[in-house]
Amino acid sequence: MTPKIKIENLNLWYGSFQALKEINAAFLEKRITAIIGPSGCGKSTMLRVFNRMNEMIEGVRTKGNILIDKENILDADTDLVVLRKKVGMVFQRPNPFPLSIYENIVFGPKVHGLNNRYELEQIAEHSLRSVLLWDELKDKLNHFALSLSLEQKQRLCIARLIAVKPDILLMDEPCSTLDPQATSKVEELMRELKNNYTIIIVTHNMQQAARVSDDTGFMLLGELIEFGKTEDIFTKPKDKRTEDYITGRYG
Amino acid sequence: MLVRKLKELIIEKIIFLCGVLSIIFVGLIFLFLLKEGLALFKFISPGGFLFGKSWYPISEPAQLGVLPLILGSLIVTLGAAVISIPIGVGCAVYIAEVAPAKTKEVLKTGIELLAAIPSVVLGFIGMVTLVPWVKNIFHLPTGLTALSGSIMLAFMAMPTIVSIAEDALYSVPKSYKEGALALGATRWQSIYRVMLPAASSGILAAVMLGLGRVIGETMAVMMITGNAAVIPQSILVPVRTLTATIAAEMGEAVVGSEHYFALFAVGIVLFVISFAINVTADLFLHKKR
Repeated sequence: MTPKIKIENLNLWYGSFQALKEINAAFLEKRITAIIGPSGCGKSTMLRVFNRMNEMIEGVRTKGNILIDKENILDADTDLVVLRKKVGMVFQRPNPFPLSIYENIVFGPKVHGLNNRYELEQIAEHSLRSVLLWDELKDKLNHFALSLSLEQKQRLCIARLIAVKPDILLMDEPCSTLDPQATSKVEELMRELKNNYTIIIVTHNMQQAARVSDDTGFMLLGELIEFGKTEDIFTKPKDKRTEDYITGRYG
Repeated sequence: MLVRKLKELIIEKIIFLCGVLSIIFVGLIFLFLLKEGLALFKFISPGGFLFGKSWYPISEPAQLGVLPLILGSLIVTLGAAVISIPIGVGCAVYIAEVAPAKTKEVLKTGIELLAAIPSVVLGFIGMVTLVPWVKNIFHLPTGLTALSGSIMLAFMAMPTIVSIAEDALYSVPKSYKEGALALGATRWQSIYRVMLPAASSGILAAVMLGLGRVIGETMAVMMITGNAAVIPQSILVPVRTLTATIAAEMGEAVVGSEHYFALFAVGIVLFVISFAINVTADLFLHKKR
């Protein structure tokens, strides 16, 4: 199977600090890949390379190739609007816009030029259904999105992404602000979304990685130490450092 | 021990006095204004004062209708609003969202300098540059018009609008912008669809405070609006504002005369308008929190 995303010799610097070192990996389609590692290991940086959100920070330099469907997205002439439409991102803290629930969901499609009211409503319903919020919120579409619970907000952010019909979902510790019950609901949602999307999740919750992911990559100090099937990484890690991290010797 | 306690007590009282002094002063000023202003209504009815169409304070009998002055102030303020709001908000957006760090510093300093220009200097510059220019462009008999006043006052409102609106934009959480960009929005789309709505209450407050400054401004308007107390039919005629009336006539009004009391009543009208603007601004600011 050809990989959905292929990383070749990826290096990234913030000023003079090298945050990613010679990373090579391949991510498969319609699977959940978890990236784990202690704080500061570069896992969020790595995630933000896929939609080039790192470039908001001044002084970032990137070298290497990232092929998504065989196209190198690090090319200078990559259209960021197209890229980010295809590669969506869910943030650590739910960040719905201070608009109505409906306006939040149709934000993406509207920004990409869709104005047909009927189609927008269809998209809103479909997106909310995909994140299992439709029944809860269908009568509250005009309510202010910031009045929702944290878990609902995070689901809404996922719905907002789905509305732009991405291929790949990047999730940056999507459950770190949620309680255990909400976390398990979002994890359930991720398993369901896997049928349609390629998902990459960054987490420092190892149990979460073990529960939801198919593949896992372990990062340490900017290096990708080990990458493979989740069961293999967790049951028979090849590298001593992976084993130490998984068994909780540091982290 | 006792001395120390006494010292503490005295200092405490002095600080307390400083604290309440400002309120006492405002109260006294307001009372004085009311006392002198309301005395006018022994001579003329409140309706006749507020809606009277002519202001001839020294004719016999004196006509003290304040409507032309209110409309004069409003038209100048409105003109200044139309000019300063788009430019001011645009400048705030540029500083907060677009400008690179160095440009930002230069711009912010520039805005502060603009605020530091005394209004009489602005009025003077307006008189020798803007007034002839308005006269020639619109082929008017005089360039001393409401429009000239509006343009100069727009310069005075802008620093307030820019700095408060920029604060409001700056305090919008960065995560909103990130979220918008991550959905494929362009920078401009993320600004006008997310940042501006998120900062809207702060921006409204900025606008109100800027306009509050305009309506209370005296020197520049007196110098360049022509000071004709007639009901303005357009923005291209001379007008007289509430503030300019007080400033120009207080010196020659006989203490205790109708005219004297009328000027205080004009002061009350002005006070009520500024107060309303400030309260509205406050409401917007607090709605945000």
